[in-house]
Amino acid sequence: MRLPSPLARVRAAGFPWTAAPTPRGVEPPPQVERLGDAYDTDWARRPVALWSRIAALESVGRVATRVTCRPTVHNLDRLGGNDGPLIFVANHHSHLDTALLLTTLPMPWRHELVVAAAADYFFDTAPKAALAAWAYGAVPMERRRASRRSADRAATLLEDGWSLLIFPEGGRSPDGWGQPHKGGAAYLGVRCGVPVVPVHLHGTGRVLPKGRTVPEPHAVQINVGAPLRPEPDEDARRFALRVEAGIARLADETSSDWWEARRRAAIGSTPSLKGPQQDTWRRDWHSPDRRPLDRRPRRWPS
Amino acid sequence: MLDVDRSTPPVLLHHGEQFRLERLPADRSRIVYPPEPLPGLDDPDAAIRRAIEEPIDSEPLRELLFPDMRLTIAFDDISLPLPKMRRPDIRQRVIEAVLDVAADVGVDDIHLIAALALHRRMTEAELRHSVGDRVYDAFAPRGQLYNHDAEDPDGMTVIGETRHGEEVQISTRAATSDLIVYVNLNLVSMDGGWKSTATGLSGYQGLRHHHNVATMRATRSFMDQDRSELHRSNWRQGAVLRDAGIKVFQIETTVNNDLFGDGPLAVLAKREWEWTPRDRATFMGVKAGLDRMTPGGRRRILHSWEAPYALTSVQAGEVEAVHRITTEHVYDQQLVAVEGQTDVVLYGLPYVGPYNVNSIMNPILVMCLGLGYFFNMYRGRPVVREGGVLIMTHPTTDEFHPVHHPSYIDFFEQVLAETTDPIEIERRYEVGYAEDEWYRHLYRTSYAYHGVHPFYMWYWGSHALEHLGGVVVVGGDPATVRRLGFRPASTLADALEIASDLVGPSPSITYVKNPPIGMADVT
Repeated sequence: MRLPSPLARVRAAGFPWTAAPTPRGVEPPPQVERLGDAYDTDWARRPVALWSRIAALESVGRVATRVTCRPTVHNLDRLGGNDGPLIFVANHHSHLDTALLLTTLPMPWRHELVVAAAADYFFDTAPKAALAAWAYGAVPMERRRASRRSADRAATLLEDGWSLLIFPEGGRSPDGWGQPHKGGAAYLGVRCGVPVVPVHLHGTGRVLPKGRTVPEPHAVQINVGAPLRPEPDEDARRFALRVEAGIARLADETSSDWWEARRRAAIGSTPSLKGPQQDTWRRDWHSPDRRPLDRRPRRWPS
Repeated sequence: MLDVDRSTPPVLLHHGEQFRLERLPADRSRIVYPPEPLPGLDDPDAAIRRAIEEPIDSEPLRELLFPDMRLTIAFDDISLPLPKMRRPDIRQRVIEAVLDVAADVGVDDIHLIAALALHRRMTEAELRHSVGDRVYDAFAPRGQLYNHDAEDPDGMTVIGETRHGEEVQISTRAATSDLIVYVNLNLVSMDGGWKSTATGLSGYQGLRHHHNVATMRATRSFMDQDRSELHRSNWRQGAVLRDAGIKVFQIETTVNNDLFGDGPLAVLAKREWEWTPRDRATFMGVKAGLDRMTPGGRRRILHSWEAPYALTSVQAGEVEAVHRITTEHVYDQQLVAVEGQTDVVLYGLPYVGPYNVNSIMNPILVMCLGLGYFFNMYRGRPVVREGGVLIMTHPTTDEFHPVHHPSYIDFFEQVLAETTDPIEIERRYEVGYAEDEWYRHLYRTSYAYHGVHPFYMWYWGSHALEHLGGVVVVGGDPATVRRLGFRPASTLADALEIASDLVGPSPSITYVKNPPIGMADVT
């Protein structure tokens, strides 16, 4: 015999367990928008939520990312001399990217960081929104259209001294290659005069790529770039291109070295993060998220 | 400067890897405290970029570079600064700025050389600390970043001779480069100028003309370039380099006096009356801890300290023009006015000097630090009068680092057992040590100072040996101190008694506190 579900029993019990229906001929009261872009995350930055988040990230989060990602962070010295808020901008290959950066970025930014998260994905239901806001300090960011509310909220947070982590590709990479950047981070950098720090993550897509639910441990490299500031006559669009080029250069630096990457940048031949344009097997073959072949010698000859 | 009276508390003296609190005689003692740290530049990277874009008496660096050129970037070794600085090191900042320009221009043939003359080779960790991981990982694996080797038979070139007959010898790679960019860190006023290239990239053949007793005794002092024969000789050698068509783009930097920051050692930079209850508790805890540790443990702790220096100036361009400005910046930070000389000068020697970074301060380095560096930290006249007494506090044990200082061991056992007279030492022993094949081998392949290096340390103190009536070491191992030709004393009171025998009763005493670094401007 199958037991009735609790929700079905509540629905069956009717009012006052459920809302009373609006009488016919009466204009229904306006729906207050509480989810998506409108979700209020202020509570997640108050002391109780903030310190419980920090405790969880520094214990469970740190252990989990160390076990699954074995991260190596390069070039943190580039952040020296900055003590105000920063906008961290990274490529995005995995749900682990956020947790990894929240546990590896240096102090003081690590504990004063809010994460711009897709309003339509993380804030579409109340439990998901609460979990994202608490666990990651996430704030909703509209990614399908320009949203004044998202931008104003992020700007206010920056002015209040919070740093921001944005994945400008707007979502995880479906195939390991980069996607076109959206201009939100650069816009906020120009609007608020906050330096933008490009960050390149290499290897998280091998641990937990889009479409997988169980991580497979793999070493991850995190390369932190020098903070970029908009030039006096630079608009957000051009600044966004510079930020994108900064991440591409960090990727080149990770796969070669600083000097090679610098030389290629000087002559404009930094490899694109978007990979080969032709849609062939070679695009998948060279994908940064493709796990390398097992090079261990075979125990038995084949 | 503080005149000591009956209310003056015991004062802090460095004692190698430990500390002492000593009460000085009232009404005839004075204390020269080092100056406060100057504020650092707000944006060091922007200042460095500006310096190389708008150099002094030179075209901008970008215009001196071209794609097919040979570019050599030389930089100061681990002997600067003391203690080592927190990352990022100034050298890293400057070298990255230079390489940024070189990358834009398209220069491929670039070598980076640690200009260490006859000092020991730097380890990978030390090179990484100086130039940063980015530069190290890019250039070292290709063999384009390495330590200078002054004994490489194919790697050194004699450029010519000065009118005084001084040979000028530098690294062949540097000599055959279209441009040498020298990245300098001027911790004291002795550093920089032509001494960077003419000494840092040179070898025994070039160095022996100014690293000798006659030069040192004609130098008043080597921290005052206008009265330094050492510098005059280096400048003559520099002129030969310039006349031979070797182009040098000099980048010099100065740092402030902030050796101890706000950390647990901050108390060491304060005057005793400024110590808060917390400072006193910290000091007592640190002292008790260090006193109970083994010498090796103390060394590990203290040598791991990295100072939070701030960049106070950076200038680039023509060597001599740049160096004049740099020296002014060093003086701005370090000069302290001192009125008149004294009968007895007192120094507390710290755990580190230029030649024992990550190493042991052996007795010869104690002599060099006290009678070489500290005694010569003056402009005008020495702090102590001629015939006066120098008292220094240091344990001075006969402990040597067997890898870093092999020739020092033989120098101590063989040479100092015979004589402590610098002239006789130079005449009888120098060439034998300088040309010893085993020392050469260790210098080139291990991490040893060159065979002749302990001689130079002894010569560094020869001006003081000639000037002083006696030297007393408080707390030093008696047998070791006597081997150096000095007198041991177990307490400061004993040392002052010994000094009274030499300079008369109730002598005037000046305690020069160092570090942080101060330089006495004696009138």
